[in-house]
Amino acid sequence: MSDTATRAEALKQQDGALAHIAYVLRSNPVTLLAFAMFAVLLLAAVLGPLIAPFDPLQTNASNALQPPSFTHWFGTDNLGRDVFSRVIVATRLDLAISIAAVALSFLVGSVLGSLAGYWGGWLDAVLNRVFDTIMAFPLFVLAMGIVAALGNTVENIVYATAVINIPFYARLVRAEVNIRRDAGFAQAAKLAGNSDVRVLALHIFPNALPPMMVQVSLNLGWAILNAAGLSFIGLGVRPPTAEWGIMVAEGANFIVSGEWWLAIFPGLALMFAVFTFNLLGDGLRDIVDPRQRS
Amino acid sequence: MSLLSINDLQVSFKTRRGTVNAVRGLSLEIEKGETLGIVGESGSGKSVTSYALMRLLESNGRISGGALSYGGIDLRHAKESVMRDLRGREISMIFQNPRAALNPIRKVGHQIEDVLRRHAKATRSTARAEAIKALEAVKIRDPEARYNAYPFELSGGMCQRIVIALALACDPKLLIADEPTTGLDITTQKAVMDLIADLIAERGMSAMVITHDLGLAAQYCNRIVVMKDGEIVEQGDPKRLFTAPEHPYTRKLVDATPRSGASVRSLLPAEQRTPAPELPVSETPLLEVRDLTKTYQGKSGPVHAVKGISFKVMKGQSVGLVGESGCGKSTTSSILVRLTDPTSGEILFNGEDLAKTPAGTFARDPRRAAIQMVFQDATDSFNPRHTARHSIAEPLKRLTGLKGKALKDRVEELADLVGLPRPLLDRFPHQLSGGQKARVGIARAIAVEPQFLILDEPTAALDVSIQAIVLNLLVDLRAKLGISFLFVSHDLHVVRLLCDHVIVMRDGEILEEGPAAAVMDAPAHAYTRELLAAAPEPPALAETLSSAAE
Repeated sequence: MSDTATRAEALKQQDGALAHIAYVLRSNPVTLLAFAMFAVLLLAAVLGPLIAPFDPLQTNASNALQPPSFTHWFGTDNLGRDVFSRVIVATRLDLAISIAAVALSFLVGSVLGSLAGYWGGWLDAVLNRVFDTIMAFPLFVLAMGIVAALGNTVENIVYATAVINIPFYARLVRAEVNIRRDAGFAQAAKLAGNSDVRVLALHIFPNALPPMMVQVSLNLGWAILNAAGLSFIGLGVRPPTAEWGIMVAEGANFIVSGEWWLAIFPGLALMFAVFTFNLLGDGLRDIVDPRQRS
Repeated sequence: MSLLSINDLQVSFKTRRGTVNAVRGLSLEIEKGETLGIVGESGSGKSVTSYALMRLLESNGRISGGALSYGGIDLRHAKESVMRDLRGREISMIFQNPRAALNPIRKVGHQIEDVLRRHAKATRSTARAEAIKALEAVKIRDPEARYNAYPFELSGGMCQRIVIALALACDPKLLIADEPTTGLDITTQKAVMDLIADLIAERGMSAMVITHDLGLAAQYCNRIVVMKDGEIVEQGDPKRLFTAPEHPYTRKLVDATPRSGASVRSLLPAEQRTPAPELPVSETPLLEVRDLTKTYQGKSGPVHAVKGISFKVMKGQSVGLVGESGCGKSTTSSILVRLTDPTSGEILFNGEDLAKTPAGTFARDPRRAAIQMVFQDATDSFNPRHTARHSIAEPLKRLTGLKGKALKDRVEELADLVGLPRPLLDRFPHQLSGGQKARVGIARAIAVEPQFLILDEPTAALDVSIQAIVLNLLVDLRAKLGISFLFVSHDLHVVRLLCDHVIVMRDGEILEEGPAAAVMDAPAHAYTRELLAAAPEPPALAETLSSAAE
């Protein structure tokens, strides 16, 4: 009996959250568009090989460098591979790299930033100088250096992208935690028997989430560009793997001879992804911010 | 002809939940040289009226009907360029929060110069001298030096004086003061209000004083308008409003205004007055503070926030800790509730010295549940991401280990105890009103059945009618649960209503202490007398009280 009551209540709560998301999407058409675009990206990433009309690695020399046609929507490349299939299949790898990199920098940045913001003192001073040092490098060059030094693998692209992003998260979290360190609700949490770590992790940190979401979504776009950029110059992902950066790099050689479709389509896919993430930020923030509920 | 006339004013706001009518058909007039008080509780539309008058409504609000006329100018339809000329030169405004109203990165003198030059009251060469004159007018000592000060270097009262100087720099004919003393100490409040009243008289201005404090309005205004839900419920002479209020709402406001000679039950409307409970006070001390000191390391040397204070709180007793900002009362309460470590001294709680356990580890101490606190700022003290239920359940989960249904039942029992309707438990703090938040705060503090409860100005941000209810709730809870209170406040009237014993603090020292009635009726220290004198006391009411007593 009481069980059903609690379940009904849980449902109502969930309903509240869903209704809130629905409200955020309805009230802002741009957010709705961004979420629709994100859904397209996710579908392509999850279903990639299933929905691609051709095998992305299947070469066919007799069919090389064909312009876009009904069979090959985006044309074929110099080895006769279907560009449309390659663009779709590449989504998974590109999204995986950027999400993994952002997740890693979010996690590490949050922990370090929270510690610095809550306890301050020498820890804060040391961490801040470390972040300053990272930020003082041209970030792309730093990422290149890290990949070159650690080895030319996809994992290392993720680590490199994560490292250069950590300072941005840490700085943001530090500021958000710092202004709430002595807030009434933090003191109340201590009176309720929470240790410092619990107060920080369960009470103060979640309040930093709304601005973090904006940073995350901007960063996802940026991380995709970064990964593609590294592949473009030949670091990280190696041919024949389908990846937008490499495809642009390979296709660039053919633009002069008039085969524009090799580089344009993966470039457009890249642009689409970055644009989606940039649009997503405000909507994500509104969804994680309970104060937006009425 | 009156200086300002408002006829059937309607103001509406577009919100997520549809259109809200904030002002609904308000009509009033202000004569030349008159000071009109607009009194009402939050949400009554009193501030919105003044913003509509200045045409400074937020972007989602608009004047949806009625007429506003100032000296023959139609304010509703005037061009924005005309309004810009009027604002500051003809109609000026003193804002609620002086610190927010001043630009934090500009010297105050320059901010005054800006206004003067905007309205061509001064030229580049005369601006400095004029600005200093304006500072002199608001009785700022050493205006030459203050000219170069930034707002953060000045106290709250001083900032409010600067705001007044800004508002009066161009000799406006109508001054709007929107809660000019909220957040200021009681003696500062008196000084600021006296200054405003003097300047109004001296310059023959008209004024509109917007306040939630009926006593304050009665003391400084020629005529009072009482507003509720965007409408005027009653208006008239302050004395008449106090002695013979016609509207039930005015009656309720007059009753709820704390004043000398009132009891906590008499703040409630007559039909809700139940007999006051017995409050037995034991002779055994629950808490004994011995020679407590707290010294901070400031940039310019050590700051002695608390300088060796000693006092006792008996079991079941309610002790009032009174003082103005900076007197050390907040530091003291923070030390007693074990969020801050004292520099030296003993805090004997049931005979054990709490100061031996550092504040950092006290959260996991078995005595944590015994000492709890109700915070001053109800908004700041709730995690914006937690519902009321979550906030009340937090100490229960951590300190008593209640879970599942038992936890849910206990939270609902507490909600009933503090009179919070159960459906409100699932709301977030921003969805609750001030009074509801105060109830949640009290429920959270008493959830783990503490023996000692520190109340840090729990009603400072509440409307008087809500304050009356919360104060009565506290008295009932004290009787029911036998908790000892330490009531920290700057409002002596409120302290008298709730406390048996009063401690007056200044500059980290105890100046005077004793039974509440003795301290209030025959204060031994000059500072206590000053505090008592500064509290607004409607003269009309004082007379009726004394005649009733005879």
